[in-house]
Amino acid sequence: MSAAMNYIRGEPGKRDRMLVTPEGLALPLVVGSKGARAGALLLDLTFITIGLIVFFIVLGFTGVQLLDLGSSDEINPVVEFFFVILILFLFLARYGYFLYFELGPKAATPGKRLLGLRVAARDGGRLTAEMVIARNLMRDVEVFIPLFFWLGGGQQAGIAGFTAFIWIMIFVLFPFFNKDALRAGDVVAGTWVVEAKAAKLKEAMSLAPDRSNDYQFGEAELAVYGEHELQVLERVLRQDQPDALRDVAAAITYKIGWQLGNGDEREFLEAFYAALRAHLESGMRFGKRKKDKHS
Amino acid sequence: MALSLFRSNEITPPADIEKASLRSDKFRLEREVDWQRLEQIVTALEKGRPGRISDDDLLELPVLYRKTASSLAVARETSLDAATLDYLEALVRRAWFQIYGPRTGLFGWLRSFFAGGWSQSVRDIWLDICIAFAVMVAGTVVGWLLVARDPDWYYSLMPAELAGGRVPGAPREVLLESLGHDGGGEGLTLFAASLFSHNTGVTIMYFALGFAFGVPTLLLLLYFMATIGAILWVFFDAGLGWEFVGWLSIHGTTELGAILLGSAAGLHIGRTMAFPGNRSILAAMQDSGVRAAQVMMGCTIMMIIAGLIEGYGRQLITDTTARFAIGGFMLAVWLAYFILVRRLRERDA
Repeated sequence: MSAAMNYIRGEPGKRDRMLVTPEGLALPLVVGSKGARAGALLLDLTFITIGLIVFFIVLGFTGVQLLDLGSSDEINPVVEFFFVILILFLFLARYGYFLYFELGPKAATPGKRLLGLRVAARDGGRLTAEMVIARNLMRDVEVFIPLFFWLGGGQQAGIAGFTAFIWIMIFVLFPFFNKDALRAGDVVAGTWVVEAKAAKLKEAMSLAPDRSNDYQFGEAELAVYGEHELQVLERVLRQDQPDALRDVAAAITYKIGWQLGNGDEREFLEAFYAALRAHLESGMRFGKRKKDKHS
Repeated sequence: MALSLFRSNEITPPADIEKASLRSDKFRLEREVDWQRLEQIVTALEKGRPGRISDDDLLELPVLYRKTASSLAVARETSLDAATLDYLEALVRRAWFQIYGPRTGLFGWLRSFFAGGWSQSVRDIWLDICIAFAVMVAGTVVGWLLVARDPDWYYSLMPAELAGGRVPGAPREVLLESLGHDGGGEGLTLFAASLFSHNTGVTIMYFALGFAFGVPTLLLLLYFMATIGAILWVFFDAGLGWEFVGWLSIHGTTELGAILLGSAAGLHIGRTMAFPGNRSILAAMQDSGVRAAQVMMGCTIMMIIAGLIEGYGRQLITDTTARFAIGGFMLAVWLAYFILVRRLRERDA
């Protein structure tokens, strides 16, 4: 694990993890932040609530019309049918919603998907249906029972209410007491929630016209910077903000003692980037890496 | 850029690999067609539309995945292009999620579940089932003895709204009436559905509370069975023991069985947490959690059946012998299923 952490570029953050795939490849993962997960849960609960309201409106609308049609004293079988649907719908909203979406190909509920999260197996293996089921059954004591407890005003019920409150808080606050923000369901199921963002493939950098004849850099001039500075420069070039380009060009020319004509910043930076990268990459091929300008 | 809009359908190979001045960029340009092909497949999989993937692409998916993974490994050692590394890491991660993601959908999983996964996991937690069963018996005995000694205990054990007219010393007719049904079949579906929803919720709670070393599960189970013991005493005291047991057993063998299994599953998790054995606690929890999840899915199914029997069967069948026959039959079915159904073949792990 610690050796694999070398593949994280820049400073490893608190939420960075390394996962080793069965092929033996170390993949960086970022554990979902507690804020994002709470937000995803709130979104999901909102979706469920909206779904329930829509369902009630539709049901109420059709139900009222049906009541008008059949006006008998007995329990109307149609009305009864609607109540059965209602009970099953409530049941599915509570237990089925999370289960259904997390078993899908994105392994994430709509709320998680919107916030760029997904469920994954902690050991790097396959996420199985049993894991998803286990983590969502535990959700009941972690989310729904506390929710009903508070909605029902259970905390005002004296010593028993207080005990129940402490008890419930153990589950609710569980993610705050471990470094991977696991909730009880994650512990039981062997899962965790990680960020799952897609990245676009950007243009290759060295397709720009080759200016190695106009700008020639010596060994000493290229030795002042390392990989970190190279990647900062890459970001600046990709973003292509004139002000930033000017500032960076000024900083580099000051450092290597050059004078630069006005308006040549981009050309200069592209040439410097290509030369520095070629320099550092040829070092890499011989096993020499220079992490930043201090090393 | 118009080209990037186009790219979602057709991958255009990079025009001038030779123009790139850096060796690492040449490496990248030579391979990026494969990467983008993998990206298309992964995107289709993520959107749940595997039908859009051509047969050729699907056959090559493992190759493309390994190629891209090895590209990433090489790029990490030879290239300093952060954007490419980010792209490759994200792509390999997405592909990894798809390739090692949940492979069976809900229905495929259900099939293997019924064909032995369920009974296997029930057999695996036999010790917890024995413990939970002992607690259930103890709870019943305690409830019985408490009320037999002092009938006032009945009112402390049984919530008033559940007791109805069924209290110690109630006239025999009132008790007998509570076991029958006032006739008619209306409202039974509703009754069955609400029973199922409520009972399953309770079982899931029993299970989930097992997380705290199983203690709350056992306490709840003890209390629940004590109420059954108490009400048993009331009916036996009135000379209606046989009728009451029949009334209870028609759905009780299924429902109490589900409660037994749910509690045992919760206990299994709690016990693993307290005694993880030689493995790390997280690894041990995961093993037992996955096993318990299967048992719990089974409990939900048992609760559906119990709800149907309780909602329809108990209300429509009032003959005690018939009630016993159905209850006994269900018990035999469950026992036979759990003991006899073996998994046909081990699923690939």
